[in-house]
Amino acid sequence: MSTDTIVSFEEAMEKYDPVLGFEVHVELNTKTKMFSSAPNVFGDQPNSNVNEVCLGLPGVLPVVNRKAVESSILIGLALNCKIAPHCTFARKQYFYPDTPKNFQTSQYEDPICYDGWIDIELADGTVFRVEIERAHMEEDAGKLTHMGGATGRIQGADFSLVDYNRSGVPLVEIVTKPIEGAGSRAPELAKAYVAAIREIVKNLGVSDARMERGNVRCDANVSLRPYGREKFGTRTETKNVNSLRAVENAVRFEIQRHAAVLDSGVAITQETRHWHEDTKSTTSGRPKSDADDYRYFPEPDLVPIVTTAEWVEELRSRLPEPPAERRKRLQADWGYTDLEFRDVVNAGLMDEIEETVAAGATAAAARKWWMGEIARRAKLADVDPAALGVTPAVVVEIERLIASGAINDKLARKVLDGVLDGEGTPAEVVEKRGLAVVSDDGALQAAIDEALAAQPDVAEKIRGGKVQAVGAIVGGVMKVTRGQADAGRVRELILATLGVEG
Amino acid sequence: MTAHELIRSSAAEMAAKLASGEITSVELVQAHLDRIAAVDGGERGVNAFLHVNTEEALAVAADVDARRAAGEQLHELAGVPIAVKDLIVTKGQPTTAGSKILEGWMSPYDATVVKKLRAARMPILGKTNLDEFAMGSSTEHSAYGPTRNPWDLDRIPGGSGGGSAAAVAAFEAPLALGTDTGGSIRQPGAVTGTVGVKPTYGAVSRYGAIAMASSLDQIGPVSRTVLDSALLQEVIGGHDPFDSTSLTDPSTGLADAARLGNVAGMKIGIIKELHGEGYQAGVENRFNESLELLRGAGADIVEVSCPNFGYALGAYYLIMPSEASSNLAKFDGVRFGMRRLPAEGPLTIERVMGATRAAGFGDEVKRRIILGTYALSAGYYDAYYGSAQKVRTLIQRDFAAAFEQVDVLISPTAPTTAFKLGEKLNDPLAMYLNDVATIPANMAGVPGLTLPGGLAEEDGLPVGIQLLAPAREDARLYRVGAVLESLIEAQWGGPILDRAPSLVETVVEPVETLDYVETTAKEAN
Repeated sequence: MSTDTIVSFEEAMEKYDPVLGFEVHVELNTKTKMFSSAPNVFGDQPNSNVNEVCLGLPGVLPVVNRKAVESSILIGLALNCKIAPHCTFARKQYFYPDTPKNFQTSQYEDPICYDGWIDIELADGTVFRVEIERAHMEEDAGKLTHMGGATGRIQGADFSLVDYNRSGVPLVEIVTKPIEGAGSRAPELAKAYVAAIREIVKNLGVSDARMERGNVRCDANVSLRPYGREKFGTRTETKNVNSLRAVENAVRFEIQRHAAVLDSGVAITQETRHWHEDTKSTTSGRPKSDADDYRYFPEPDLVPIVTTAEWVEELRSRLPEPPAERRKRLQADWGYTDLEFRDVVNAGLMDEIEETVAAGATAAAARKWWMGEIARRAKLADVDPAALGVTPAVVVEIERLIASGAINDKLARKVLDGVLDGEGTPAEVVEKRGLAVVSDDGALQAAIDEALAAQPDVAEKIRGGKVQAVGAIVGGVMKVTRGQADAGRVRELILATLGVEG
Repeated sequence: MTAHELIRSSAAEMAAKLASGEITSVELVQAHLDRIAAVDGGERGVNAFLHVNTEEALAVAADVDARRAAGEQLHELAGVPIAVKDLIVTKGQPTTAGSKILEGWMSPYDATVVKKLRAARMPILGKTNLDEFAMGSSTEHSAYGPTRNPWDLDRIPGGSGGGSAAAVAAFEAPLALGTDTGGSIRQPGAVTGTVGVKPTYGAVSRYGAIAMASSLDQIGPVSRTVLDSALLQEVIGGHDPFDSTSLTDPSTGLADAARLGNVAGMKIGIIKELHGEGYQAGVENRFNESLELLRGAGADIVEVSCPNFGYALGAYYLIMPSEASSNLAKFDGVRFGMRRLPAEGPLTIERVMGATRAAGFGDEVKRRIILGTYALSAGYYDAYYGSAQKVRTLIQRDFAAAFEQVDVLISPTAPTTAFKLGEKLNDPLAMYLNDVATIPANMAGVPGLTLPGGLAEEDGLPVGIQLLAPAREDARLYRVGAVLESLIEAQWGGPILDRAPSLVETVVEPVETLDYVETTAKEAN
């Protein structure tokens, strides 16, 4: 699809300094829409969650959703923004059939949140501060589906369908200031920034934060300039990049493409770009000038929003621990290495381990189970580990059974299988499957005598002081007892039988 | 009492007769339906109604009669019929806004004021004519033909609410709802010899009034007496959670104020800038007489100056079209109303929207959309919309200063009496000047009332007197208005409308619904 030439990322980085900027749209998960009482629900029958207001029928008026305002303030506070004591809505006017009124009710001159920042931690621990220009409230448009034609785009389509269920869903648009100095970390920073925003809004509980559903949508601005030059290059805006990996790839691609264009002595066209996941490339959208005339004017149907200090402070008191601080605290509490902790975070198991530790397991045991046996089984079942069906309580109980000597690690894995097969709690599985460790010394002694007799040369070595050879005998005993023996006790008995100090 | 006498009663009198059992609501509604059938249609008909809601009105009337017969406690105006300006959406009846672009459109929801009429069980006679999207001062800009002034069928009934004013003046309805953005209730009231009130901005919910200019629009009552308007505003007023700009503490005691009838000791201010030059002699004379009458009743008449009112019209014609250009963007043929495909060329969405709007909107609507789009454009916003908003602030300050000196302000409602149909149709600026005295109230959000001040000697046509009060002080308008009304009626020997020429009634065909009326009336008994 794309015929653009690109240069390698390394080559681009040698010559050019990238400047980034992001507009992230967050759909709020309020019960009703931004300006109407229609339900805000994803995935229902098209045009079922609508009323006269979000359809923009003649005569209707908007009313601001207070909950959406609160969610917006929470996002602003989490992004270290200032909260405007007084702000207004404005009409952004353009004709398009996904916008029923042919204007979007948004904020223009006075956003509710402004002047914030967020520290983004990259994988190697480098912390990068991203400045937030503003976070403002607006309403989502309906969803157009272009039918016919090869591309699924409006060009070449036979007709288009529009679903207004999304029309009027509350949005917060978070706009960064230009991000300078990221250098070759730019694609990584892009991904990490969007991931951080997603984590924040999810953690706040104000959005379902599912990128695949469009709850969090990123427009990524990229421009290049020669190193040392202060003035920004011409930017492009890649629209609606809807996965973290795509954000990283799109920024990388645009850097490579810009570099090739600039290398050839041509100016970058200021325009929107569309990201294509299949070709991992962007194509030209529409020209975008800074002077696009949306004929903004203050929304006369809405009165200004006044945020009192008491209200803002009450909301601030509801803020959960910031995700970055929480990660730092948990890593310190659990004593994991950076590598161990990063693996846990990447596996999405931080919450599960925290709950397991809270339920009584040691941090090491929790990590061992979640990152080990549970993750392995989840991979086989092709589900997220957290969704496999193992609860923190199961892990705690298995650990307790091991600690009490009732089962060993090998048996514990069978217990886990039993739990996943729906055979009950770990204790019930032990009972039903007869998995308890053999602790009858008499039965063990017979097995030991048998194993020693089977491997007389090994027995001789042990007698001669090569105590480490005892493993082979232990293995024989475990084999005979089908693993249901306490390996430690077996070792003791073997050494006692041979009259050797352990 | 004959039907002829019955329809000439005031709404308050009708309500009293209904309460006493002297008449039934079905009789009352049928008398008005008959009057509509007799005077509204045909080549020389008043053409106040775009839709007559016969069945529903009679059904509501029958229901009221049944409830009354059963001893149910009803609203004071229950059973008293009303007409609704066709800018206000109604379930079960088409809403056109006087535009082809909405021809046949049925709203799936009721405006808040309509819900309130239904809650009070007032039968809705139908929808009244207006300038397209309420843009005009003569009702000639309706896509469905002009309404004629019952005083002279060759003259305009004012606008945009010429249909509501003419319906009330022609005794086709005792009450009507209007909307007033720059004078659309008051100027038609003035030229048809009726009463009309633009309440304080926010006193009546705008939910369901198709917006022209959101910051200026206000729904209000149209009637033949001051008390009737007060009674109607009490029905439709009050806070509405569906309208963010609606007041949480709207004024009350309006009918009581109208019944109080006392202006002794009140200070009434003549607005220096709103009379004299540019005002017809007969208008000026009736205005001066009104001042004398009020002075005679013990009011203290003083002159105040509102120096920025001179800029009001210019600022209005920037703010109103700006908001209108935005409010009318939704009429694009995509979701409702007319859709026109371009005659030739590709069928893109832009071209379908363009063809629909080109065919669906009339010239005055297009003129204002173009004006407003221009005024809001990048690079012009500050000079036009921004400056106009500053003027608006100055007008508000003028009012604030004036109301520090006086309790109410007074002026002629319109500079002239009703002009001939077609006379100003090709001169938009002359047309716009009709609203010079009414626009300041909209710009400041203050309430205004017009009442008949007598007839101009040069043409025998009614003159309107306007009263203005501070925001939320609508009651003052009713108090002073009712006094002035009674003084003027005493001077003229009765209501001014009594002097209107009789309209030729065409023979009323037996109405099909009569059977229905009798059965429902019987059921009611």
